[in-house]
Amino acid sequence: MQQDYLEISGLTVSFDGFVAVDGVDLSVLPGDLRFLIGPNGAGKTTLIDAVSGLVPAAGSVRYGGHELTGRKVHRIARLGVGRTFQTATVFEELTVLQNLDIAAGHRRGPLALARRRRGIPEEVERAMETVGLTELVDAPAGVLAHGQKQWLEIGMLLVQDARLLMLDEPVAGMSAEEKDETGRLLQRIGADRTVVVVEHDMDFMRSFASSVTVLHAGKVLAEGSVGEVQADPRVQEVYLGPGHHSRAEVETVLGEVS
Amino acid sequence: MNKRWAVPAAFAVAAVLLFAVAPLALSPFRLDQLGRYLCFAIVAVGIGLAWGRGGMLTLGQGVFFGMGAYLMAMHLKLADAGPGGTPDFMALISSDGVPWWWEPFRSEIVTLLAILLLPAAVAAVLGLATFRRRVRGAYFAILSQALAAAFAILLIGNPTGTGGSTGLSGFRGFFGFALSDPANRLVLFFTVAGVLLLVLALVRQLMVSRFGELLVACRDAEERVRFLGYDPANVKTVAFVVAAFMAGIAGALFVPIVGIVSPNDVGIVPSIGMLIGVAIGGRTTLFGPVLGAIAVAWAGSALSEQFPSGWTYAQGLLFMLVIAFLPGGLASLAWRRRARAAGPASVSAPLPAPSGGN
Repeated sequence: MQQDYLEISGLTVSFDGFVAVDGVDLSVLPGDLRFLIGPNGAGKTTLIDAVSGLVPAAGSVRYGGHELTGRKVHRIARLGVGRTFQTATVFEELTVLQNLDIAAGHRRGPLALARRRRGIPEEVERAMETVGLTELVDAPAGVLAHGQKQWLEIGMLLVQDARLLMLDEPVAGMSAEEKDETGRLLQRIGADRTVVVVEHDMDFMRSFASSVTVLHAGKVLAEGSVGEVQADPRVQEVYLGPGHHSRAEVETVLGEVS
Repeated sequence: MNKRWAVPAAFAVAAVLLFAVAPLALSPFRLDQLGRYLCFAIVAVGIGLAWGRGGMLTLGQGVFFGMGAYLMAMHLKLADAGPGGTPDFMALISSDGVPWWWEPFRSEIVTLLAILLLPAAVAAVLGLATFRRRVRGAYFAILSQALAAAFAILLIGNPTGTGGSTGLSGFRGFFGFALSDPANRLVLFFTVAGVLLLVLALVRQLMVSRFGELLVACRDAEERVRFLGYDPANVKTVAFVVAAFMAGIAGALFVPIVGIVSPNDVGIVPSIGMLIGVAIGGRTTLFGPVLGAIAVAWAGSALSEQFPSGWTYAQGLLFMLVIAFLPGGLASLAWRRRARAAGPASVSAPLPAPSGGN
């Protein structure tokens, strides 16, 4: 399992001269629930785009003993790297079962693909239970509520057997209860996986993060526990502006300080 | 009717109509016409898979149809000419004899294999080349249409090899059977009908299989599929190859039934014609493309008997009306009715149900 960690070094992504991610070094170990925060435009989403192969990047991303940069998206996915998107992207016309079943499928051979599915595969059953969608097995994904779609996406990552999960704002637009449930879900599945969460919701971050990396202008600004990051004057400066800030001000923006 | 039996029942009805009712009710002339429509229906089944389920607007199926048709026509011309002989049209315009690339098609086996494999192989190369480069949507449609135009121009520009703009015609025999004999023509009709049912069964299996689900997923969210570890280019290429395979077979059957194949059967206009029936019938369904293709081909013959040039306009108008106001085709009327009967809760999901035996 020691192999299963994410190690990013000197990762740089630029678009036509604009450097969105600038020499980022980052390691995440399995069992860690790492939150990636930072103001808009800090390069959080671009970072996971680069890791998942969506945008070309310079530098190195190693996961499970493999170099990921330069590989195609589907090759990276086959190495156990899964991600979700800011707006849940599920196959709207397919049912929950079909969505999850497809996620299991890249290992299937042509013969298995040419046949009809009989029954519910075990890993799909397990994932439905984990994300709490068992009741909705035959519902088209298009009619699911916003939160349920996010859970379905997380379920797809589980079925896919992703060992490195990167979630892009999983709780945006969720109710307080849904956020709590998502947080507990992430803690459950994060116990033996490597999970990276990009999030703007500071309360959610405070409740569930086991470690935090703060990005600013494409660079790593600070890294540590929630408390350490909240207390970091550089982080406060980025979020609140320069100068000294009262505890109340910090709590308003960065969440309650414990 | 029980949903589970709807599709087998539809197959049974189709078999009875094609193998019993049609030969009894129709004159040999009308039966030949129906045979021709069935050829277009076979193409339509493939387009239904590639376009309806895979989202690839294939505006160039005439290329694969034409490949099958010309391969068959070349063989029939060579067979008519006898062993070592030169087909009549070639002897008329040149004294060079039979071109080298015609020679293999003196053999029945080589011809049949070529009809089955060549269109599919060309589609595989084209498909991988375009889908790997993420060419899709309107760009793919334009590309496939350009291909149809190029193919027709190639045929016209090569009169000694392909008969030029007049094409190949005047076939007397079909694998040793005289095409003038009504009994042989009936067998030919049954062959087309049988092939249609077979390709329908094949596409039905593909639609309900895991591949079918994956294909719909690629159509609706191609990028998402990549992050699940698939290369959507491969998935789409398979559907495109299946569609080309069917078009090739349809072309090969078209030749003995109609008795002529020319660039007019394979260019841009006929390629779009093959698509219109699919759009009207309902491209995501199994039987919609078949019924649509037969209806459009029938309407085309009937109307052009009355108004020779009017049909082209009517066809274009029909296509635009369906795409603008009824994108799911006539089959979507049936979903709407079913959805209304089931209550408002289920209206939101006009799922392209693979049953669709309307």
